[in-house]
This record gives sequence, structure tokens and C-alpha cells, in this order.
Amino acid sequence: MTELTRLTIAGARDALRRGDITSVELTDALNAAVDGGDRLNAYAHKTPDVAAKQAKAADERLKSGEAPDLCGIPLGIKDLFCTEGVASQAASRILDGFKPQYESTVTSQLFRDGAVMLGKLNMDEFAMGSSNETSTYGAAVNPWRDETGADLTPGGSSGGSASAVAADLCLGATGTDTGGSIRQPAAFTGITGIKPTYGRCSRWGIIAFASSLDQAGPMTRDVRDAAIMLRAMSGHDPKDSTSADLPVPDFEAMLTGDIRGKVIGIPREYRMEGMPAEIEQLWTDGIAMLKDAGAEIRDISLPHTKYALPAYYVIAPAEASSNLARYDGVRFGHRAKLGQGDGITEMYEKTRAEGFGHEVQRRVMVGTYVLSAGFYDAYYNRARKVRALIKRDFDQVFAEGVDAILTPATPSSAFALGAMKDADPVQMYLNDVFTVTVNLAGLPGISVPAGLDAKGLPLGLQLIGRPWEEGDLLNTAYALEQAAGFVSKPEKWW
Amino acid sequence: MSIDTDTARRVAKLARIRVEEEALPALASEFNTILGFIEQLNEVDVDGVEPMTSVTPMHLKRRDDVVTDGSQPEKVLANAPDAREGFFAVPKVVE
Repeated sequence: MTELTRLTIAGARDALRRGDITSVELTDALNAAVDGGDRLNAYAHKTPDVAAKQAKAADERLKSGEAPDLCGIPLGIKDLFCTEGVASQAASRILDGFKPQYESTVTSQLFRDGAVMLGKLNMDEFAMGSSNETSTYGAAVNPWRDETGADLTPGGSSGGSASAVAADLCLGATGTDTGGSIRQPAAFTGITGIKPTYGRCSRWGIIAFASSLDQAGPMTRDVRDAAIMLRAMSGHDPKDSTSADLPVPDFEAMLTGDIRGKVIGIPREYRMEGMPAEIEQLWTDGIAMLKDAGAEIRDISLPHTKYALPAYYVIAPAEASSNLARYDGVRFGHRAKLGQGDGITEMYEKTRAEGFGHEVQRRVMVGTYVLSAGFYDAYYNRARKVRALIKRDFDQVFAEGVDAILTPATPSSAFALGAMKDADPVQMYLNDVFTVTVNLAGLPGISVPAGLDAKGLPLGLQLIGRPWEEGDLLNTAYALEQAAGFVSKPEKWW
Repeated sequence: MSIDTDTARRVAKLARIRVEEEALPALASEFNTILGFIEQLNEVDVDGVEPMTSVTPMHLKRRDDVVTDGSQPEKVLANAPDAREGFFAVPKVVE
């Protein structure tokens, strides 16, 4: 029997259904692994008691023979998801002590299917960051190491999710992705992560960052697990007016690995100046793999790619400044101690100065500025027009018959924690250069581990699909996964 | 476009975030770095382009105009830093 903690979701599901293992055994093994993984700082709040209860209930359900795919499967949940009665604070001090009185739609669907929650996972504060270093809990650590032995970032913002899945501290995890926050950490830790089409998963009960860009998605060991978990997370929700009223296919059943005749676009604008040779090589290898699998490779152009990051850094902060206005020290979380004579304005200002970390403050203020009188047209409206052009670029190539687009997932492998300390904020933003276009265009995108660099660290490739065609996208990713044959795991040092 | 400390002070005030006077120059400098990056958008020809309002074409659904929620003040107030007699409590706002 494989070590329980190393099972895939599909493997665990089948073993549970056969009765080879119980969810209680599996959950106990994972709880022990979680406790042994404290050095990685992946879990911000552990919930072993919740997990034990859910595992017991799952075993009952499994006995009845009516168990959905996720029944009895231990998962980690990103701290951005509201979970009833369990701390949910978006890794921010301003939500210290916040325990939601309600359950997010995505987690309620996972629990409906019998999933087990091991705890809440570390992340960048309000999902703003690419290295997990903006978290009030301190940075999560990547289980992968290079020869220096330094602590590396698991990426961000879903860094705790990535670290936990890669280090076998859960079988799968939820993530969210506003500019690359599922795909970049997945690439940095050698796991699979998919951001579905905007509207596929309900955003209700997920603490909002930039509402027109935020999407939840699964982070898993492989493509099949991503297909299984995505199906459970997806679906229409009347409580999110942007959630799509479309049927959710059985994504797993669509994994045939047959991509003969599919047209894969290779966008020339993603060949960035100064791109490391290893990334270039990985991309070239990926192209060859898909070609060998019978796909037609086509050079394409997405001319407005260069403007995606600057547009994002107008739109996302603008929406964040509006969404984060609710943290005022009145309804939930932290309130600053007030001095003699302080009124309500001082309460707001002191609470927000104490409660928000530096990066969040900066983005809220940038957002405030670009929305302020006299600048709204010059910045915000211009950015929204550029966003329309970025989407049009994709619409055109899809209309010309392209089925999916292959790009690198990140411009580098994982870097050391602290390495970007003295860099200006724009340097950190460049991490999302390959992923952010997908959010702006509302498309599904998946990161698949495809190789190791010279330092022995994982690298990922990204596939971008047509809207609502996650099933087809997952199947192309499945073919790529099979061709790449990535099976490396980090050596346990923690 | 260059942001000076006066603008930084005004933006902090609008955002209701207290920034100490001595931190304003550094903040203004960070803003300038970010805005300098954003300035690239001026290179794009956006004539005749409508600003995006919704990334997927969709009609907002309507529902019956009926009460679907409410009557749970305890839950609403459960996380308040200061709640009294069924209300959120804040410092005095009127003289």
C-alpha cells in the first residue's frame, strides 16, 4: 500500500470505495503529516476536530455505497474562503478573530460531496502578492530546495495551498486566482492548478480582492485530480450574480489523452526579452510533446499582451480599494485602540493603518488614486478599454480555430524568500506576466509541471483554453502531463 | 505624471489609511514607480473601444422581489468589535 498521505484524490477515492482504507485512517495520517509540517507554515489554522467529524460521517456514507468522488477526501482550504465557525482572515491582521457565520458556496459544495477539511491555508494578505511574504502569518515555505538550502517561496498568493499539496499535507487544496495566484504557485511547487473560466465557480463567501478577476480553482497532484475537484467546486449559484448558469460536465470523463487534430497556438509575444534559456527550452519541449501527441502547432499573435500587466495594476487595485472599504473596524475584525477625543474618522484611519499590511495599503491607495476625480478616465477607463482589446486578441485566435494556447507558466523557478525585499513593487508584479492576460480575458488556464531546472526546481507550462471549455483544456493538459512524465517530489527535510 | 507628498497625503486621507508625515515621501516615490509602469497604457490606441464592463457576455438574472434573508441580528453582530443592545457601536459621530 502506498503511503496514505501520498495518494492522489482519484487513488484515495478508489481505495475508499473498495474499502481498502477508511476516511478516518486517511484523515489521521494527513493530520499527523500536517502537524509534522509546521516548518513549512502552510497551515494558518488547523481543524483536526472538524476533520475527524467529517471523516467519520464520510465513512458512514461510503458504507451506504452512495458516495461522491470527494467523499472522505482530506483537503486544505485557502484562508480566503469563509468557513462557518472557523477562522477565515485572508491572512490579514484586520480580520483577526473573524469567524464567519456562514459557509462559502465552494466549500459548502465540497462538504456536500463529503470532503474533509484539514485546516485553513496560508496565503498572501488579501491574495495580494506573488511570494506569500505579505501574509500576517509569515511566509509559507516551498518544500522544494536548491543546493543552497535556503528557504524558497512557494509562490503566491495561494502559497500555503501549493506548499501543502506538494509536501503531502493534504490530497488537494482550494486556491483562488486573480492574476496568477493558482498557476504561479502550482508551477513553483511542481503541482497542477487550474483557474476556470470567470463565472464557473461561485465567488460567494470568498473574501473579495478584485471582483471582475477573482476565480476559485483546485490545486492538486495531477490533472485527473484537478478535473475531479473542479467539478465539485463548479456550478451556478444565485448568490453570485456573475456565476454562470451552465451545466457542469464530468471533466474526468473527458480525459482521453487524445488531442489529435487539436490546434495549439504559440503566441509570439510571450517570448520575452531576457527570458531564461531554461524557460525557453521547456516551452520548446512542450511544443514538441503536443506535436508528437498529434496536435497541430500554429504560431499566433496576441498583440496587446505587453499591456496586460499595466492594465491589471489599474483594474485590480481599483476594485480592491472599493472591496476593502468594508474593513472599517465596525462590523468585524480588528479595531484600533482610540485616543482621547478620537472620532469615527480617526477610528477608520488608525484601524486600517494597523490592520492592513504594507502591500495592501499600497494597492488600496493606488486604487483610490486611479478612481479619484480627474484621473478616472485617464487610468481606470483607459485600462478597461485595453482590457477589452486584450480579450479581443484571444477572441480572434479562437475564432480562427485555435483550441488552446501553450505558454510558460512563470518567468523563473521559485526564488528565495526575502530575495525581492529591496526590489521595487513592479519587479514582483512581473511574476504574473504570463498568467495575468488570462484573468483579464476571463479564460480558463492551467499550469502543468513539465520539468526541473538546473537547480533541481520544478517548472510549469501553462495552457489557456476557450471560455467554458475546461473539459477540453484539461484533456490537453492530461496529454501534456503524460508526455512530460513529471513524477519528481521534493525530498522531505522538514 | 508625478505624485508629490501633498498628493500622497490626500490619497491616504481618501483611502482612510493613516500615514505618518515622515512616511509620505517614500510612499509618493512608490506611487510614482507604479504609475510610471501604468503610463505604458498611453501607447495603446483605444479610439472607439468601449471600456469592458463584463468579461463574459451575460444578462443579470432577476428574481422575485421577496424577502429571502434577515432576522438574524445575533449572527450579524457576532464578529463586531463593539456591539451593544443589538447595534454596532462606534465613537460619537454627531456633536
